[in-house]
Amino acid sequence: MSILVDKNSKVLVTGITGREGSFHTEQSIKYGTNVVAGVTPGKGGTEVHGVPVFNTAGEAVKATGANAAAVFVPAPFAADSVLECSAAGIPFVTLITEGVPVQDMLRVANILKQEGKTKLLGGNCAGIITPSECRMGIMPTHIFTPGPIGLVSRSGTLTYEIVWELTRAGLGQTTCVGIGGDPIPGLRFVDVLEMFEHDPKTKAVVMVGEIGGSDEEVGAEYIRDHMSKPVVSFISGRTAPPGKRMGHAGAIISGGVGTPESKVKALSDAGVPVADKTSQISELVQSALEKLKANI
Amino acid sequence: MKFHEYQSKDLLERYGVPVPKGKATSDVNEVKAIAEELGGKVVVKAQVLMGGRGKAGGVKLASTSEEAAQHAKEMMGKKLKSIQNPDGLVVEKLLVVEQITIAEEYYLSVLLDRALQKLVVMISIEGGMDIEEVAAKNPDAIVKLYVDPAWGLSDFELRKALTKAKMPKTAFNQMAVMIKKLVKAYTENDAELIEINPVALTEDGKVIAADAKVSIDDNALFRYKSLAESASDSFSDPIEAEASNRGIAYVRLDGDIAVIGNGAGLVMCSMDEIKAAGGQPANFLDVGGGAQAEQVKNCVDLIMMDKNIKGMFINIFGGITRCDEVAKGIISAFDDLDVNIPVVARIEGTAAEEAKEMLLNTKIVPESTMQGAAAKIVELSYR
Repeated sequence: MSILVDKNSKVLVTGITGREGSFHTEQSIKYGTNVVAGVTPGKGGTEVHGVPVFNTAGEAVKATGANAAAVFVPAPFAADSVLECSAAGIPFVTLITEGVPVQDMLRVANILKQEGKTKLLGGNCAGIITPSECRMGIMPTHIFTPGPIGLVSRSGTLTYEIVWELTRAGLGQTTCVGIGGDPIPGLRFVDVLEMFEHDPKTKAVVMVGEIGGSDEEVGAEYIRDHMSKPVVSFISGRTAPPGKRMGHAGAIISGGVGTPESKVKALSDAGVPVADKTSQISELVQSALEKLKANI
Repeated sequence: MKFHEYQSKDLLERYGVPVPKGKATSDVNEVKAIAEELGGKVVVKAQVLMGGRGKAGGVKLASTSEEAAQHAKEMMGKKLKSIQNPDGLVVEKLLVVEQITIAEEYYLSVLLDRALQKLVVMISIEGGMDIEEVAAKNPDAIVKLYVDPAWGLSDFELRKALTKAKMPKTAFNQMAVMIKKLVKAYTENDAELIEINPVALTEDGKVIAADAKVSIDDNALFRYKSLAESASDSFSDPIEAEASNRGIAYVRLDGDIAVIGNGAGLVMCSMDEIKAAGGQPANFLDVGGGAQAEQVKNCVDLIMMDKNIKGMFINIFGGITRCDEVAKGIISAFDDLDVNIPVVARIEGTAAEEAKEMLLNTKIVPESTMQGAAAKIVELSYR
C-alpha cells in the first residue's frame, strides 16, 4: 500500500513535448511508472518516448483511461492545464511548474474544492513517488527505496537530502509527497498526514516544513488530535529574516505569521520531535519505531 | 515587486480611489513649478522603499513653493537612513502632493489569507500608526472582511464589517466604495498587498488615500511587461537588484559567510547550519534546478560583489542538477575571478564522484556532509 499513486496508476503528462516534461517522462518510464499518455495542444498524434501525445486531456483520458496527471506546462498556462485535467475526470493531479501566479492558484484551489473531484498536489513541487512503483515529478530515483516511512515536504532538494539519510539508515518509504513551496498549494500537510494515518503500510511519518504560512501549525493540531502514528519533523529557514522571500514564493515571514519559532512550538506541543539538524532525523524515526514495537 | 508611493497612487487613481493631487519627479528643478500648480502648500515626499521614512527626514511640509524647492534640494540625492534601513537609501525621486487637512485617520488593506485561501480586507478606525502595533495592543480594533472566491464581495458583508469596525457615518459609504475599488484593483493587477495607511477623513468630510503601498506578485510579472523591466528598481540592495537582473534567487543577509546551494529548502537549511556552527550567513542563493556551469559561475560572480564575505559554502544535492556541471562552473569562476577566501563544497548526488575528482587539485575544500561542511567553513572563515 501507499498513498495517492502506486503501480496501478495510469499517468498522463501535460506539457510532455517540453524539455522538462520530456526528460522526466523518460526518467519515470525507466523507473517503471505506467505513463500512458501525453498532452500538448497541436502535437496530437505524435509520440514522446513511445508515449502517445493528444491535443486535449479529454481525448487522452478517453483513449487511455489515465487516472493521474503530472503538469509540466509553463507557468502562464499551468493553471488552465490543471483545470483541464480535472474537467477530464482525473482524480489526482500534481503541478510541478514553478512560478504560477497566486491569483491563478487561488482560482484553481477554490474551483477544485467546490467540485470535489480532483486532488491537486503542488505547484512548485518535486511531485510524488511511491518507491519502485510510480514516480510523477522530478526527483532523482536512486535515493528512494520501499519501506514503512511516509514523507511529506515543502522542499525538493531538502527532501532528497533527508530521504538519502533515511535510505542509508535502512528506513525505506511508502510514499514521498512534495507539497511544494507556493503560498497557495493544493494538498497541505494536514491532508497528507491524514492519508498516511489511514495507510496501513505507513508506520511513521517525516514532515519537512519551512518558514511562511501556518500549514505546519494546522498539521500539528491534526497530529495532536487525530494521529496514532509517530511523526518526526524538521523546519528549515530558522535563520531567515522576516519580510524576505527565501526562494520559494511561500517562504516568507510576514505580519508575524510563518516564524520558525511558532512552527517548532506547535509541533513540540503536539508531541512531535523536531530535529535541529537533518542528520538527526533517521535516529528520531528509528527510536519512534522502536517505541512502537515495545508497545505492541 | 514593491511599488513606490507614487506608482501605488497612480494605480489606485486609475480605479477611482481618491488620492491627494500631486506629481512625481526626478528633476529637482521641477519641484517649484509643481508646488505652485498645487497652490504652494505642499508635502515633499522622498520615494524610497523603506520603513521609517518620515523620521529619517524623507517627508517635509512646505507652506510656499520656494520652501518646497528648498526641501527638494536638500532631499534629492541624499542618503536617508532609518532603524529599519540602517544602510540607507539614496533619494532619486520625489513626490510633491497638496496638503490635506486631516480630521481622522483610518486603515485599510487587502491581502491574501494563506490559511483560508481567500482575500481578506483589514479595516480599522485606528489608522496612521503601525498596524502590527494596533494588532498587538488592541486586536479588536481590526476587522477582517473575507472575500469569498465564489460570492465575491457582497454589499451586506461590507456593511456588516464597517459597522463592526465602528466606522463613523461621514466616512461609512465612502469607505465602502473605496474597499470595493481596492479589491477590484487587487485582483485585476495580481497584487500581493494593497495597504492604505492612513486613509484620511478630511475636515470637509472627504475620504482620501493619504499614503499607499502596493506590491505585485512576482510570479505574475509576465502579464505586465513594462513593470517587469523595472522590477530591479524595487530592490533597495544593489546586489539584490543585480540578482534580479540576472534572474538569480538571491537575498542579502547581514552575515559574512556566503551560501550557494540548489533548492530553496536546502539553501535555507545550509544557512541554519552555518548559524548553528557559530557563523553568520551572508546571503541566500539558489542556483535553481538543472543549473549549467555558466549559471553557477554567474552565481559565484554575484556573491563576490559582497565585499563583507569571509568564506563561501557551496552545498549541492544533485538530483536533476548534475554535480559535475556545478564543479565546472565553480572551477571556471575561480579561474576568472579573484576568489581569495576559503571555500568549502559539499557535493552529493548525481555525478558527485566526477565532481569531487574535478575539484581535487583546487583550493576548494571538500566535505561529505552538510553539517561537517558548515563547521569547516565557519572554522576557516573566522581563523
